Amino acid sequence: MSESLIGYRGEALKLLREANVEVGDVVRITKGGLVYEGLLMPRSMYEDERHIVIKLASGYNIGVRITPEIHVEKVREGVKPSFTLPPRPEQKPGSPKVALVSTGGTIASRVDYRTGAVRAALSAEELYSIVPELAEVANIDAEALFSVYSENLTPKHWTAMAERAAYHIKGGAAGVVVAHGTDTMGYTAAALSFALQNLPVPVILVGAQRSSDRPSSDAALNLLEAVRAAAFGPFAEVVVAMHASASDDSIVFHRGTKVRKCHTSRRDTFRSINSPPLAKMEHGKIAMLIEDYRKRDPSGELMLKPNFEEKVALVKFHPGASPKLVKWLVEDGYKGIVLEGTGLGHVGDYWFSAVKEAVENGVLVAMTSQCIWGRVNMKVYDQGRDLLAMGVIPLDDMLPETALVKTMWALGQTKDQKEVRNLLKANIAYEYSPRTLYE
Amino acid sequence: MAIIAAVIRWLAVTSRSSASIDYSKVGLKVGLEVHQQLDVAHKLFCSCPPRLFKEEPEASFLRRLRPTQSELGQVDPAAYFEFQKGLRISYEANKSTSCLVEMDEEPPHDLNREALEAALTFALMIDADPVDEVHVMRKVVIDGSNTTGFQRTCVVALGGEVEVSGKVVPIQQVCLEEDAARLMGKDGAIAFYRIDRLGVPLIEVTTAPVITSPKEAGEVALTVGRLLRATRKVKRGLGTIRQDLNISIRDGALIEIKGVQELELIPMVVEYEVRRQLSLIKLREELKARNVEERHIKDEFVDVTMAFVNTKYEALRKSIEEGKRVLAVKLLGFSGLLRRELMPNVSFGDEMADRARFWGRIDEIFNTDELPSEISNEEVELLSQVMKARDEDAIVLAVGLEEDAIDALKAVTERAREALRGVPEETRAANPNGTTRYMRPRPGAARMYPETDVPSIRIEEEYVKRLRSRLPMRPEQMLKLLMKEYGLNEKLARQVLDSEYCELFEGLVKETKAPPTLIATTLTETLKALQRDGIEVSRVSSEQLKEIFTMIGRGELAKEAIPDVVTWLSEHEGLTAKEAVESLGLIMLSEEELERIVKDIVRRNEGIIKQRGPKAAFGLLMGAIMREYRGRVRADVVSSLLKEELETFG
Repeated sequence: MSESLIGYRGEALKLLREANVEVGDVVRITKGGLVYEGLLMPRSMYEDERHIVIKLASGYNIGVRITPEIHVEKVREGVKPSFTLPPRPEQKPGSPKVALVSTGGTIASRVDYRTGAVRAALSAEELYSIVPELAEVANIDAEALFSVYSENLTPKHWTAMAERAAYHIKGGAAGVVVAHGTDTMGYTAAALSFALQNLPVPVILVGAQRSSDRPSSDAALNLLEAVRAAAFGPFAEVVVAMHASASDDSIVFHRGTKVRKCHTSRRDTFRSINSPPLAKMEHGKIAMLIEDYRKRDPSGELMLKPNFEEKVALVKFHPGASPKLVKWLVEDGYKGIVLEGTGLGHVGDYWFSAVKEAVENGVLVAMTSQCIWGRVNMKVYDQGRDLLAMGVIPLDDMLPETALVKTMWALGQTKDQKEVRNLLKANIAYEYSPRTLYE
Repeated sequence: MAIIAAVIRWLAVTSRSSASIDYSKVGLKVGLEVHQQLDVAHKLFCSCPPRLFKEEPEASFLRRLRPTQSELGQVDPAAYFEFQKGLRISYEANKSTSCLVEMDEEPPHDLNREALEAALTFALMIDADPVDEVHVMRKVVIDGSNTTGFQRTCVVALGGEVEVSGKVVPIQQVCLEEDAARLMGKDGAIAFYRIDRLGVPLIEVTTAPVITSPKEAGEVALTVGRLLRATRKVKRGLGTIRQDLNISIRDGALIEIKGVQELELIPMVVEYEVRRQLSLIKLREELKARNVEERHIKDEFVDVTMAFVNTKYEALRKSIEEGKRVLAVKLLGFSGLLRRELMPNVSFGDEMADRARFWGRIDEIFNTDELPSEISNEEVELLSQVMKARDEDAIVLAVGLEEDAIDALKAVTERAREALRGVPEETRAANPNGTTRYMRPRPGAARMYPETDVPSIRIEEEYVKRLRSRLPMRPEQMLKLLMKEYGLNEKLARQVLDSEYCELFEGLVKETKAPPTLIATTLTETLKALQRDGIEVSRVSSEQLKEIFTMIGRGELAKEAIPDVVTWLSEHEGLTAKEAVESLGLIMLSEEELERIVKDIVRRNEGIIKQRGPKAAFGLLMGAIMREYRGRVRADVVSSLLKEELETFG
């Protein structure tokens, strides 16, 4: 694809090449009795090759269809817009240093007004330009680690994130903020919760449901309060910071092991499951919502355990699901299978032999519930007892996603089956809550 | 001082007495933007019904809109100022009229094709050229009227024209866009908006700036409005059509006036704006004659609270008791000019005050040209001393928290400096009386970028051909039809055409046997009269009206009963016209009953009839019967029966 004629293909590309024009040039298109003049705009690659997009003097874009009598000519070269960042706002002296590791996603993007394309905005300067108030809160040490949509992240990226966070913590950061796409932010939050143990300071994942180029974006407030909590929050845990409601007035901090994305588009998409959120920030003031939490203690020694075993699958059981799924995983050398069973933790009896075979082949099989809320209890019904007898490990009220990440992590720590089981059953980062409260 | 005051009075009189303005001489140019709500099944980018709600809101949420940078890294100064001042927007919603899309909690759905078709239909009626591919854009607006911070809008056609009194007025473009949320009020730093109106589809028609007189501006708006209504896809009634006016004169400035809702107001708004600009130009010349220069206007704000601690001016004393301060600024050489009237009952001082209130949240603002009557001479004396003001100077005072009062007075000095340059470019809002008020600085070039969440739409030639082949009847044709087919006279036909009831009229004529003229006068006159008397006519549905006219067509109800039935129905929502007729005792009398009544009254009044003669008695008796049985009898039947009966006295 031609850079200067981005998005154009086939007929349109040929026509524009012949006219010797580039995106951004002022062009005149004549067709029948009609004349259109405007800036040549790029075309979305998902659209057809029969139209040319121009921006009229009024600012509106229109598409002009290519017909046999069409004529395109260059009026003049376009003025290439040069984006100059506003000067960095004055830093409040003595403010704490906060590391900002950016990995991509909506929060770290801005629109190119000329083309309408979304591109990454990663430098500290750019963040300050979007949210100048940041300078009043902390001294930001920004780092662009990746620029990927969160669905493209893998456990390897978790490892890298954990290592970078550890690097900044050891370098004396008052806290670490990780800008992250929201789709898989819950998984990363769980991964960092297990990989970064004995945390001295908070590690805060933050995202946005509306891109930061929009006046209504939730990015600015989320980012500002995440940085504030990283700098001053009393807790030292891995959390997700996002809107508490549809309003721009409060931010909640969800524990990394208890958080789940629960809505496709709302600002308050993240929910703490089987637990209240850890804390809430309103008008710049933080309030803890849980008494038992890990306190900030910069003198503490961080333990970094960043390895994950990727051959672990999360399998959702459903009526009629084929047990061959489990068989295939065993054959393919999977080391762990986390089942998302029905209700209190069941799968149909037509899966029993496959599950049994998996356990006998040394594959770790654990049980969570697809109900999302509540805890599994495999002693209530026969089928549950049967599964327990086969060696399926019940994971109590742990979220299926957290269970997947924890199993990957546990298998990444040791090869010893017994030790892995012990790690799974141990409450390492508040992934288990002993009491389920009525809420 | 006395001489200056006299001169000022004279100037004021002359400026007001220039009753007729030669608009071609002042170089008037007006362009119109007509915004018309569409009457389609759902909103432009979601499946909510395009309706408003009257009840208490079911949900509210608080937002801040952050000014985003332009492609050059710049931020609109007025927008950024509002943001820094902590403007918050409280949005109100209910479930029947909005969903997550209006809340900006869900991406937009596909563009409403029914609305697009209505816009294209209109475009073809004015001979505009539909674009080949429609691209939805985001136009940045951060005053809170859009939850997203931008308005979604798209050009559907370019060019076209309308003819007004023999003159061709070119149309620049026809757009389809979403209506904004409704501003419900402001409370300090919080603006309240209701999102029911947000997303209602609008057609925006932009004319070229070729209109050269106030009257013509009104005519163009009327013509465009009629064409829009001819599509039969538009909403009717107050608030469903709004005009923005772009007005400029030679040596003046381009002023954008937003939100003129009533057609009759347009010529007035144009005239007042021309007068305002002419007055400002004159004001500039006077300031020059007084040797006032921009550098004389200094941002030196003096705290004069002490001068007013014992003031009799109630509002001022209350503010001071609350800890607010009174800050003053001296405008050298401005004495008398602040009370200069720019528009009816709007002085230059008022214009400064509007500006000051936009930039600073103040309790009060007043000036020495237009002092509240409660301010004493001693206070003025003291003020002048403190400010070292001469007779030819004016002083403007702002009351509020110090920071706010400073912001307000900065706006005042800025406005004073602008007066030396002439007419400042700004966006103004129309008042219901035709005057305008400062709304905000004129924004720079519209900041628009593509709405990437909505795919573009191709308008194929075949589709355009199909639409072209079945265009609705044009207003002129419709007028002829109303006159020829339904026998309305021209005045009534025009009234129906321009009323919100044109479609209803046709429906009622087709579906009932009531005379078209009766239906027309009921819809255009009777209902309006009832409305004026405070009857909530809007509560009466078209179904109920149909029932009324069906009864009239069948001879079951007298036309005289219409106002009573409509009034009853407006007070008894959900009940039928039949129930109204029964409850009001308006069931028509049979001919036999009527005959008996006529005979009876004639017999009882034999004396008078004989005394005055049957001819003179007729009116008397007719009146008596109608008083008693109005609504239950037909006057023509009574009249003929009575005549017949009286003839026996011959």
